[in-house]
Amino acid sequence: MAETAAKTRGWLSRLRGGLAKSASSLGDGISGLVGKRKLDDETLQDLEDLLISADLGVAAAAAVTKTLAATRYGKDVTTQQVRAALAEEIATILEPVAHPLVLDPAHKPFVILVTGVNGTGKTTTVGKLASHFREDGKTVFLAAGDTFRAAAIDQLKIWGERAGARVIAGKVGADAAGLAFDAYSEARKAGADVLLVDTAGRLQTKTNLMEELKKIVRVLKKVDESAPHASILVLDATTGQNAHSQVELFSEACGLTGLVMTKLDGTARGGVLVALASRFGLPINAIGVGEEIEDLAAFDAQNFARALAGIAD
Amino acid sequence: MFDSLTERLGEVFTRLTKRGALSEGDVAEALREVRVALLEADVALPVVKDFVKEVQARAVGADVLKSVTPGQMVIKVVHDHLIEMLGGETEELNLRATPPVALLVVGLQGSGKTTSVAKIGLRLTSIEKKKVLLASLDVHRPAAQEQLRVLGEQAEINTLPVIDGQVPVDIAKRAMEAGKLGGYDVVILDTAGRLHIDEALMTEVAAVRDAVQPAEVLLVADALTGQDAVNVAKSFKERVGVTGIMLTRIDGDARGGAALSMRQVTGCPIKLLGTGEKLDALEAFHPDRIASRILGMGDVVSLVEKAAETIDKEDAEKLEAKFLKGQFDLDDLAAQLRQMRRMGGLEGLMAMLPGVGKAKRQMAGANIDERSLLRQEAIISSMTLKERRSVKILNGSRRRRIAAGAGVEIQDVNRLLKQYRQMAGMMKKVGKLSRKGRKQLSQQDLKNLIPPQGGIPR
Repeated sequence: MAETAAKTRGWLSRLRGGLAKSASSLGDGISGLVGKRKLDDETLQDLEDLLISADLGVAAAAAVTKTLAATRYGKDVTTQQVRAALAEEIATILEPVAHPLVLDPAHKPFVILVTGVNGTGKTTTVGKLASHFREDGKTVFLAAGDTFRAAAIDQLKIWGERAGARVIAGKVGADAAGLAFDAYSEARKAGADVLLVDTAGRLQTKTNLMEELKKIVRVLKKVDESAPHASILVLDATTGQNAHSQVELFSEACGLTGLVMTKLDGTARGGVLVALASRFGLPINAIGVGEEIEDLAAFDAQNFARALAGIAD
Repeated sequence: MFDSLTERLGEVFTRLTKRGALSEGDVAEALREVRVALLEADVALPVVKDFVKEVQARAVGADVLKSVTPGQMVIKVVHDHLIEMLGGETEELNLRATPPVALLVVGLQGSGKTTSVAKIGLRLTSIEKKKVLLASLDVHRPAAQEQLRVLGEQAEINTLPVIDGQVPVDIAKRAMEAGKLGGYDVVILDTAGRLHIDEALMTEVAAVRDAVQPAEVLLVADALTGQDAVNVAKSFKERVGVTGIMLTRIDGDARGGAALSMRQVTGCPIKLLGTGEKLDALEAFHPDRIASRILGMGDVVSLVEKAAETIDKEDAEKLEAKFLKGQFDLDDLAAQLRQMRRMGGLEGLMAMLPGVGKAKRQMAGANIDERSLLRQEAIISSMTLKERRSVKILNGSRRRRIAAGAGVEIQDVNRLLKQYRQMAGMMKKVGKLSRKGRKQLSQQDLKNLIPPQGGIPR
């Protein structure tokens, strides 16, 4: 129990360390512009700009500042108050989507399909998730479904070794759906708890590649109609407004059940999550905050919102 | 979500035109739309602010006020200024140094460095006939060196053999040594993806730069990048001394505002674009095209150029002669369908056309794919020569035979014929137009030239 708590703290501090880097500029901006003055149009415009700089997008940024204005317009406010209020508004939006990935033991294995555009960190996320489930004492199988990118299979094998998960891999260029089917059958036979299916990165506008993804889903359903039990889109924190199109089109193709945002240890703030939360309401399952195997954290709406608003704990 | 700027401004100006001349306030209103369009295209906020200010100064001038179509004029001012800021002209990779010329490729994780390295290598070997050596300095990501080796193999370019446990600076030195001994013209060094705030890794890559003195330090960045583009570009510029930028994943639907942000904060030219997963999917950067894209105006120029590249000149001339006479038969339609497939299919074409964002989404919804083009070709192939020359003879029984031959329903045949008739009508119009001078071809006409509407199964 104590160990888990320590681990949680470790994740949180790492997350905050990561987010603090990004948040500091947003926070600085606010203190620089508010100080102690009336929350007037100009101030609100500046706040909106700051949110836009955090990748919230024009519409979401406007919505947040509008709510802020509704209750506090014309009042004298301090920097802290504005930050707290901002964090509160953002947390309200994010709270409903902060759901970790919970395995349903009824499914053996619980199949998780991991998708996303190229370079967002799918394979790394699969490795981290595998390690996470292994620590919970689960048997984990990995399907090396990225049969396109050179050396992606080797990369997953190394992660599998690190995490202590069995990797089912085929040849480069092989049919990813067929591999997923084999991996599922094997994981099932072995009585594994979890099967993580890695997929090749694909731009959501490439119809043929999205068809291929649909095929993976169809094939998994042949083994068990309820599979995949989770479909995750891995989003890169540096991504801007294109994230909307990614969520929309990947949802259409494989019925997303959640998002994982990676690379939050940089200066990118991942503010687009706020816009995505209000538009799609998809659970945010986890966030990636570093390259190490343990650098995967549960998404905490309060913390994320406070970090976005530049509040240091 | 991403309405094109043209549409946005269209709305603003339909209200304005009724009131005559443009006031400063009107321009301000238009520029608010420009601001939103730029932000939605992921141009960084500080860059947007400067941009809008400068355009305002230019737009509230005589030319806009006197212009007959103020909306277009504002777009032109915006577009021109955008091109100017993006760098005006296309710049090539700098290889002016004593061989072996070192080319250092840097960027964040997942920006597409390794693939880009192989693409650049392929381009230099195949087009510029250089002898190229690739070397991966990525000792961090599992199997990264293996990835470059495999890509090198695919592109038939030599890669530096991997020695386990060697640090990046030593690998770089070894690569340059191998480059000298092997008589290579260019050595491309692929580095590990790193966060621009990772002190240790930034120091490491700076050390590599000092060791090999590259002629070019290319920052590879993802076209999907949001507001963070400025921070990334600034850090890499300061720490490693970036000399050029390559933008990847431009083949997606991202509007690529990061290009403008990065160009602005680094002052470095964008030199190359990654346009697909295949190793030959690399293009020179054309500021005008990216400008149109950022503004959501489509990429008419690219479309025209790509068409020019793909379409056989002779074929084109023959086709043109037929346009002029208004003789456009089904064989020509089949040729067009084949061309469309060569140009990247509907998907590729639609991405380049202006104002078709919505249509594209509808198409995606209608589940249109390459196969429908193939099917249409199959229908035409199932006709006799005589039928292809003269559609009039296609009675019910002939259509049934064709449908059976192509393995489709009669409705599909009918749909194709309807599409053909629409196109033939269009061709006649173009024919007439071209007698008057092709320059008058409007964007609308261009759009109509592409036949997909009829091909969309309902």
